[in-house]
Amino acid sequence: FFIISCHCTDNVAMSLQDCTYFTRKEILRLFYRYRDLAPQLVPLDYTNHPDVKLPYELIGSMPELKDNPFRQRIAEVFSDDGEGNMTLDDFLDMFSVLSEMAPRDLKAYYAFKIYDFNNDDFICKSDLEKTLNKLTRNELTEDEVRMVCEKVIDEADLDNDGRLSLEDFQHMIVRAPEFLRYSSGNLLFTI
Amino acid sequence: MPRKKDIAVMDEVGIEVDGDMSDSDDGATPRRGNRRGGGGRGGAKGRGRGKKPASDDEDGEDEEDEEDEAPRGRRGGNRKRATKKRGGSDEDEEEDEAPKRKRGAAKKKKGKGQDSDEEEEEDSDAGRGRKGKKGGRKGKKDDEEEDDEDDGKGKKGKGKDKGKDKDEDDKKKKKKKDGSSSDSNSNDDDEEESMSEGEIARLREEVEEKKTLIANIRNKPWRMKRRLTHLKEAQAFVDKFEGALGKGKGKWARKWYAYKVMMTKKWIKFQRDFENFRTACIPWERKIKEVESHFGSSVASYFIFLRWMYGMNLVLFGFTFGLVVIPEVLMGLPYGSIPRKTVPRAEQETAQDYSVLMDFNGYCKYSVLFYGYYNDQRTIGLLKFRLPLAYLMVGIGTFGYSLMVVIRTMAKNADVGGGDGEEGEFTFAWKMFTSWDYLIGNAETADNKYASITTSFKESIVDEQENQKDENIHLRRFLRVLANFMIICSLGGSGYLIYFVVKRSQEFATRDDLSWYEKNEVEIIMSLLGLVCPPLFETIAELEDYHPRIALKWQLGRIFALFLGNLYTFLFALFDEVNTKLEEEQAIKNASIWAMKEYYANFSRLMNDSEATPPPMDPSDVIRGPCWETAVGIEFVKLTVSDIQVTYLTILIGDFARAVIVRFLNYCWCWDLEAVYPSYGEFDISGNVLGLVFNQGMIWMGAFYAPGLVLINVLRLLSSMYYQCWAVMCTNVPHERVFKASKSNNFYMGLLLLILFLSLLPVVYTIMTLPPSFDCGPFSGKAKMFDVIMETIDLDLPAFMGTLFSYAANPGLIIPAVLLMVLAIYYLNSVSEAYKNSNNELKKKMQMARDEEKNRRNNTDSTNQVMKDLEDLLPNRSLAPPPEEPEPEPEPEVKPTKTKPGKGVKLEMDVTLASANPNARGPGGRPPGPRGPGPGGPGGPGGPGAGPGRGRGRPPPR
Repeated sequence: FFIISCHCTDNVAMSLQDCTYFTRKEILRLFYRYRDLAPQLVPLDYTNHPDVKLPYELIGSMPELKDNPFRQRIAEVFSDDGEGNMTLDDFLDMFSVLSEMAPRDLKAYYAFKIYDFNNDDFICKSDLEKTLNKLTRNELTEDEVRMVCEKVIDEADLDNDGRLSLEDFQHMIVRAPEFLRYSSGNLLFTI
Repeated sequence: MPRKKDIAVMDEVGIEVDGDMSDSDDGATPRRGNRRGGGGRGGAKGRGRGKKPASDDEDGEDEEDEEDEAPRGRRGGNRKRATKKRGGSDEDEEEDEAPKRKRGAAKKKKGKGQDSDEEEEEDSDAGRGRKGKKGGRKGKKDDEEEDDEDDGKGKKGKGKDKGKDKDEDDKKKKKKKDGSSSDSNSNDDDEEESMSEGEIARLREEVEEKKTLIANIRNKPWRMKRRLTHLKEAQAFVDKFEGALGKGKGKWARKWYAYKVMMTKKWIKFQRDFENFRTACIPWERKIKEVESHFGSSVASYFIFLRWMYGMNLVLFGFTFGLVVIPEVLMGLPYGSIPRKTVPRAEQETAQDYSVLMDFNGYCKYSVLFYGYYNDQRTIGLLKFRLPLAYLMVGIGTFGYSLMVVIRTMAKNADVGGGDGEEGEFTFAWKMFTSWDYLIGNAETADNKYASITTSFKESIVDEQENQKDENIHLRRFLRVLANFMIICSLGGSGYLIYFVVKRSQEFATRDDLSWYEKNEVEIIMSLLGLVCPPLFETIAELEDYHPRIALKWQLGRIFALFLGNLYTFLFALFDEVNTKLEEEQAIKNASIWAMKEYYANFSRLMNDSEATPPPMDPSDVIRGPCWETAVGIEFVKLTVSDIQVTYLTILIGDFARAVIVRFLNYCWCWDLEAVYPSYGEFDISGNVLGLVFNQGMIWMGAFYAPGLVLINVLRLLSSMYYQCWAVMCTNVPHERVFKASKSNNFYMGLLLLILFLSLLPVVYTIMTLPPSFDCGPFSGKAKMFDVIMETIDLDLPAFMGTLFSYAANPGLIIPAVLLMVLAIYYLNSVSEAYKNSNNELKKKMQMARDEEKNRRNNTDSTNQVMKDLEDLLPNRSLAPPPEEPEPEPEPEVKPTKTKPGKGVKLEMDVTLASANPNARGPGGRPPGPRGPGPGGPGGPGGPGAGPGRGRGRPPPR
């Protein structure tokens, strides 16, 4: 079983190795994890690039994601169809970006996409409100939410267009102490 | 550096145009070579026609080229930024976006591949391919104009671009070629040669580029499918051409890379594990985090303080037990061997009674826990352990260590607190985007995290509201003065009350016919004050309307002042007791000495033997003094124990019982107990902190007389940690306004230091002045306690040490030393003051710079809008007469009246040349304001390219 899959995924793994921050072993491990989510759906043989997608319900139930308030967004951002249904490639992509080897710029880029709920390439007030409500489980009053969102825009919006562009976001987030520490769990998965 | 960047960007521009000309991507290599050759020739021609004064000088031209192209380069760069900002996040849509942007992306094409932010690189390929067909408005126009133009003009710039290729040496080569061709006025042979050479160089470059692409493909935010496709293409390309170039290290490089990645990963993992391990080593970290997540950092700061105290007391406990108590137990004389280690006959009946033991009399009193038990033998046991010396040293060392630790912690906290101020740049943004821990994989932890994020947001909101509060400053000031006045009044009143009561109690002490109240008046008054005053202060503090954090500090300070009265009465009573004990002891001492003398006299007379043997008496029958040290020790131990009891009972009744009642009686009560009156208790930070601080004061004062006190304290702190954590989590509610504790606990530490100093005084006083009891304790038989040091110096150390110490103790040496220290303090203080000033100055400057940058960006943006509009109008405007020429034309032979299609390009040239100087100034320092009058200003866009280029002139990417 192992040998077969090793053999079959060899070519794939070689190029995947170049496309992710993983070694071959880790890619295989991730593949098994992916497969374990739905053994009946995912074939062992990946040489022919079968078109298999796992639904979001399965992806979102992984231990890495299931307690994350942004799990749906993460799955959406990394999935090809934008609905959270992931192919193996998407799956590897997600783990690669969220691995500790990924550079901060890349992480920041994806963090921006995750927080950009309406996909308009800007983090606007409604995105911020959504983020905040997810983070605090709606425990803040409306006034507080509004105030926090205004403050965030006030702090990070450098071009004063009332919303955060990717540039603003990167400028802000790469300075965050949490973001700089490797040991902190921000935007980080372990496999 | 800016210069270099300029070059790089410029190159991108060159290549981009190249791409425009050559419709297809990879297959275009030979054509490019041609273009390049043409470019070289074009450049040569242009220059040949140029005939400007400095045109012979190669370097000068080099300079000029750069300057020429810089504006375009900047434009490219700006476009790049714009693209990244707008469209960069969506590569798939990219294909359909406006050609304008495509152009921006395409410009980046040849950027040094290492930069991970060159994510558009591949887009540009696609874009370029399509541009030819679709005809990006701008780029297309450029193209056409160039094509239409008779060779020299338009191609001149391009040629120069080409000449200045990415590769430095290649560029040099090219330059030379240009130069030579300009001298010889374009030979065909030259051209041929340059073509082939250029081709090879280009190929090599391309291969290199693909390789960097392969190496960096992970860093690109693309879908995996795209990545794979590009990877495959790049690999195929490399495989195909690498052999031709005679280089083949791809596989090894990849293996090496894999190895490197593995090692880095292992290292990072190790770091993380180590970090985790270190966190796991800190006791109660999770407990405190849990409290913090629900009650905020202010409540957590109490527990952190408690933990810190526990650590410190653990060290004190180690010293005391390791150096004093354990040696005495192991090596000293056993219980019952000498009078001081035996319960007197009169007390033996009741010595084991519970009530007696609870008062620390009976067996407790004659145990290792108290000062009196220790023998005055100079050395004990086989090891010749000098117990009396150790006892004194540990007593003094306790203070020394505590002082050192407190001050060191304060200094360290001050260091941390220093960075506190300017952290406010992105407080909310960071909280919002970086507070979730993606490693959380457990529901309970996640719950805690939610709570803690909410709490920390609330804390920051309180801070922010405080900042935004605009208020009637005069009213506020008046109220604050009023509040302080009232509090000082009540403090003074209670101080006088204490003084009065203590005075009266001294009077009462001489009388016997006292009622119960009169006997306990001091205690009653003290506890009443302690009960009434803190809430009173809190009520008065409402007037002041401080931020809760500052209010807490005031509250702490005021209650501290009140409690000092407590301390004062206690010490006063204690010294009274000690004095009476001393008198009593003197009498007993005289009596016993007299009795001894009698005995010895009788003994020697009867036995006719001058050899003195101790009287045959049971140790419990010996007459003994009151041993005031033990009495003081018992006093402190009792106080500590009763304090523990009161604290724990208060929590049990005041918090737990209240919570139970509120919770369960609420079902059958006429009003809402939870919401209206009793409600749940809040955690009383000030009371708890002060309790801890004063308790520690008791320990410091009492530890010298009762070594066992340290053990009791350690147990107390340990149990307190668990008990209070439990109590706060299950019976208290968070404060109404959860506020952030100041990062450094230095206020608590300051209080602790003050208490330490206050408790140091009485102990040192007793050690230095009061005579120790004659029949108990390690210093019995000496005139003063510190004589034990003198004794050691005299007997155990070599003689010269004694003289050395006597010199050191000479006032002539001490006074200059003190003077020197004072001077040093003064100097360091002024230095730190100066640093602080310059620090503030820098902070201000940074703030200003930030504001300025923000403003500049705003301006740029608004200008951008204008420029965008202008850009839309440009196709029509390109025929308009050129704007005023800001500088004399460096190229005199450029004729303003040329054929119409050529004009745009020529104008562009003019503008680029004209704007050479602003660029030479350095791209970083260009202010945004005076863009209007510039060549590309609204007055008249100089050319199709230049106008927008200038307009888009944001600060270059850092």
